[in-house]
Amino acid sequence: MSLLTEEMGRPGTAGPDRPGGAGKTPRMRPWTPYAFLAPYLALFAVFMLLPIGFGFWTSLHEWDINLPAKPFVGLENYLELFDPSSVDGSRFWTAMRATGIFTVASVPLLIVLPLLTALLMNGRFAGRNVYRAVYFAPYVLGVAVVGFVWQFLLDGNIGLVNHYLGLDVQWTNDVAPAWVALVGVTVWWTLGLNSVIFLAGLQDIPRELHEAAMVDGASAWQRFRSVTLPGLRPVTVFVVNATILASANMFGQSYLITRGAPADQTKTAIYLIAETGLRQFDMGTASAMSFILAAFLMVASGLVFGAFRDRSARR
Amino acid sequence: MTHDTRRLRRALLHLVLAVIAALYLSPLVYMFVTSFKTREAAGSTEPQWIPDPVSLDAYRELLGSADSPIMTWFLNSLAAATGHAALVLVTAAPAAYALARLRFRGRRTIFATVVATLFVPPVVLLIPNFLIVNELAWVDSLPAVIVPAAAGAFGVFFLRQFFITLPGELEEAAELDGCNRWQIFTVIALPLARPALATLFLLSFLTNWNDFLWPIFVLLSPESLTLPAGLGNFQSANSIRYDLLMAGAVIASLPVIGIYLVAQRWIIEGISRSGLKG
Repeated sequence: MSLLTEEMGRPGTAGPDRPGGAGKTPRMRPWTPYAFLAPYLALFAVFMLLPIGFGFWTSLHEWDINLPAKPFVGLENYLELFDPSSVDGSRFWTAMRATGIFTVASVPLLIVLPLLTALLMNGRFAGRNVYRAVYFAPYVLGVAVVGFVWQFLLDGNIGLVNHYLGLDVQWTNDVAPAWVALVGVTVWWTLGLNSVIFLAGLQDIPRELHEAAMVDGASAWQRFRSVTLPGLRPVTVFVVNATILASANMFGQSYLITRGAPADQTKTAIYLIAETGLRQFDMGTASAMSFILAAFLMVASGLVFGAFRDRSARR
Repeated sequence: MTHDTRRLRRALLHLVLAVIAALYLSPLVYMFVTSFKTREAAGSTEPQWIPDPVSLDAYRELLGSADSPIMTWFLNSLAAATGHAALVLVTAAPAAYALARLRFRGRRTIFATVVATLFVPPVVLLIPNFLIVNELAWVDSLPAVIVPAAAGAFGVFFLRQFFITLPGELEEAAELDGCNRWQIFTVIALPLARPALATLFLLSFLTNWNDFLWPIFVLLSPESLTLPAGLGNFQSANSIRYDLLMAGAVIASLPVIGIYLVAQRWIIEGISRSGLKG
């Protein structure tokens, strides 16, 4: 085999068809690339492509894992969910509302605060990497650890938060404080993630652009508006989208800290989907819920892309 | 700007950053401190930043408890995270190499399909993947938390970005020396990709170690749980034993913090850069 490749390879490399360069492909058996791909594509097919189709198929059935009969019901699961007076429908829209509240409350903070943090850290000074490492640190912890720690700190009777703020708030039992707590914990946990992405984006903006603006007499604010922000646009689109997705999938914080309380007001959509499908085994309804949630998320992504595109067109 | 105002501004910047940093770490410090308190001290209404007396009671009770076998959970998590990260590397590296360096029919379509799934909200996979795992008789066993997540597109996407930057001359030289494609991949490309492979291994390990939603539903019996899943159950039963909860949290965070202290720079660069080149 190696002899053969050598003999066939030599004229190939000297040949006129693809002279040199990074894109050149030496001769190989036609099935070689597929052999490289096969192990991953097998996983991809079984646990990514198949479940997308299978999930939709499930949502068209009354599907209980423990029952042999899984009757086809067409769009009935969806229709029931869109009927707010039905039991499933009212639970679902309460959960969708919770997801919506959390997303709307957390995403702006998770964009603005990390951007400010990144701007503070975007210089050359001693200790910068230490600060970066500290702010990022909570993100490497799992939500179980984060949930435990904050359940303790937010305890209405002995928690440090009430103690140091001089408050007497039941953070995990009243609706408004529960949202403040869940958003606050999430900001503490994930601020570092968005910060380091923004920081990397800031460092990709060519220094000369800032220098040129300074020569033109632009103030710091003008430079921020006309150099920094436009330079960050691709990063921002990515961060906004990823953050919306992450916030809309919030589960552990609510599961561990508020347990969906009070009265399921902080039980998010993914929480309800997991409970409905994987505890009560009503998998048809749960699948239908997940596709409705996914549709909302895709619309949200589309709006984000649209919003950022419009602004660049106007410039 | 004069020299003095510049120094003043720099000092102010450090002050702001240091105060935020202290506030940022204090919850973790308090978690650590509380895990060494007695049950009474942990439940006290007065904050106590240095445990008095220093007590190992919480760890002793946690490690000795029969219905929460925390060492078993720890080992399960270790096996799952290592197995998952290894599976990601073994499958994603050759696939990423092929998509970056080889020309073949269907390459664009395959890559586009894989990348498109980065935009599929993972929630739609939850129920059907449970059914598939159930069909494979993996429910309540480690393969359920090792294998399905390795189908994610991130690893392939991440490594492809790296393989694309390799200079073609090296491969040509190897080919002239009589290497076949597999040899070029293993002898030339993989050693060059070592930093990227190490970063992907660590990121996959951390993600799997911390995963919560999937294991609490797909693992059921106490002896098959991963650490976060076990602690989740444990919390419902011991919701006000903060000494125990903090000791559990410390045990769950130790490996992660250890890895972070050693490889912090790789982890941050890996994460912060992966989003940019899309």
